[in-house]
Amino acid sequence: MSAASLSLNQGGLEIRQFLRSREQVTFTLAFPAILILVFGAIFKGTIGDGVTFTQYFVTGMIATGLMTAGFQALAIQIAIERDRGVLKRFLGTPMPKWVYFAGKVLMVAFIATLETVILLGVATLLFGLHLPDTGTKWLTFLWVAALGTTACTLCGVAFSSVAHTGRSASAVVTPVALILQFISGVFFVFTDLPGWMQTVASAFPLKWMCQGLRAVFLPAAFGAQEPGGGYHLGRVALALGAWCVLALVLCLTTFRWTTKRDG
Amino acid sequence: MSSEEAAIRVRGLRKAYRDTVAVDGLDLDVARGETFALLGPNGAGKTTTVEILEGFRRRDAGEVTVLDLDPATANGARGTGSDAARRWRRRVGIVLQGTGEFDELTVGEVVRHFARFYPAPDDPATVIDRVGLTAKTRSRTHTLSGGQKRRLDVALGIVGRPELLFLDEPTTGFDPEARRDFWELIRDLRTAGTTIVLTTHYLDEAEALADRVGVIAAGRLIAVGAPRSLGDRESALATVSWRTGEGVWESTESATPTAVVADLAARFGGEVPGLTVTRPTLEDVYLKMIGSTE
Repeated sequence: MSAASLSLNQGGLEIRQFLRSREQVTFTLAFPAILILVFGAIFKGTIGDGVTFTQYFVTGMIATGLMTAGFQALAIQIAIERDRGVLKRFLGTPMPKWVYFAGKVLMVAFIATLETVILLGVATLLFGLHLPDTGTKWLTFLWVAALGTTACTLCGVAFSSVAHTGRSASAVVTPVALILQFISGVFFVFTDLPGWMQTVASAFPLKWMCQGLRAVFLPAAFGAQEPGGGYHLGRVALALGAWCVLALVLCLTTFRWTTKRDG
Repeated sequence: MSSEEAAIRVRGLRKAYRDTVAVDGLDLDVARGETFALLGPNGAGKTTTVEILEGFRRRDAGEVTVLDLDPATANGARGTGSDAARRWRRRVGIVLQGTGEFDELTVGEVVRHFARFYPAPDDPATVIDRVGLTAKTRSRTHTLSGGQKRRLDVALGIVGRPELLFLDEPTTGFDPEARRDFWELIRDLRTAGTTIVLTTHYLDEAEALADRVGVIAAGRLIAVGAPRSLGDRESALATVSWRTGEGVWESTESATPTAVVADLAARFGGEVPGLTVTRPTLEDVYLKMIGSTE
């Protein structure tokens, strides 16, 4: 069987495992939608220039959802699979090793797409979210989401090696994700954050994903309120691309198939 | 033993974890088609040795050849093997101790998926049948009992029709009937020409399955031989026991038990009450060997 169809099979297997785990399906897929429900209930009205809170924060919720699927959930899952010997079992077969990652990528892509669709559906129906109205904006949406998810996924694979056991993985990964959400403009209007915090956030992908998505969901004129006086999609692409490269290098140099006690 | 007939050849194998020497100059030969059982107490270096042979661990020193390849090259940097290594992996089946399951998948899905990794796999349904899980084909693996999970491990180890099969304590958690079935499966594989390396704590299992057994203690192979002849078992004194007319048990050790029995038969004028003649079991020999190294 060719490696490409093996990858598809592997992806199918991962997706099937995900869909059969009820807690995972509920929490992962509904999480961004629940967040926007909470936000929509708390913050009514606009943040200026006719932009509603929901319209602004949906960008952060989309980015959070992508990060949860690509980074947080994946890093924890791989750490657990390493701990339980699933990785070692694959290592002992002739399966080309990248097929394992291809399977994870397909699973993340599936989850990210599904949860984003649910989030946009809920926000449109309940809070009158305005979906992008031009082809260009949808295109931007697509590449920002794809590039951002790729960066997060690679970071998740690399970060999975940080936790020593499957049990500690959640404790190691969750704070990182949570802090990034606070400083990257997911829960607060980014420009309201202290300057130093904005600077720190700029070193990580989530801030750039949010910024790119604001270019899609907010009026062009609103871009003047961004830190750099515009959405600067070029810089978004550059920052996310750089993270992809960095995380890929980390994956290739630090990924472990077995736990430390396995020698 | 020429390389043609040797499935495994190990010379002077050493492996230490920090200050603890796990394997200390171990030599081992396993012929093609042979079933070889490695015995030894926990911490003797069994699993370390086997995992070096399987290409999971690096060694500190020594020569190791498994199916004409050095297993240290089987996983390159970060698990990316060469083409030669991948071809080698196709020929080697591995059943590790307690490896991870795929909780939400069914037995059939997992076996079918692993079959795809191999160029000429066995039919998944047949393999599931051979390990006695046909009734569980559509069950999620998290519903399996410990022994059933172990049988699934075995199914995944043999689905690629390996030339060499490693089994690390394969029957832990099996009930007696499942163990007998498993033994039949191993005998079938052996008949089909599969080389089998087995580690086990069950001496009756080693005796029932292995052409030869090797005893590891303190990181060295201290004895190798057919189960019947290990540790001079054949020439050891036999114990003859019987019951006297007063109902008291008596026994004597003898190099000529037949003479003792003939003597007893004459004394009792026929049938000797409660007569048994025993030689040291593999377990007796094994425990004596292990005891003498401690």
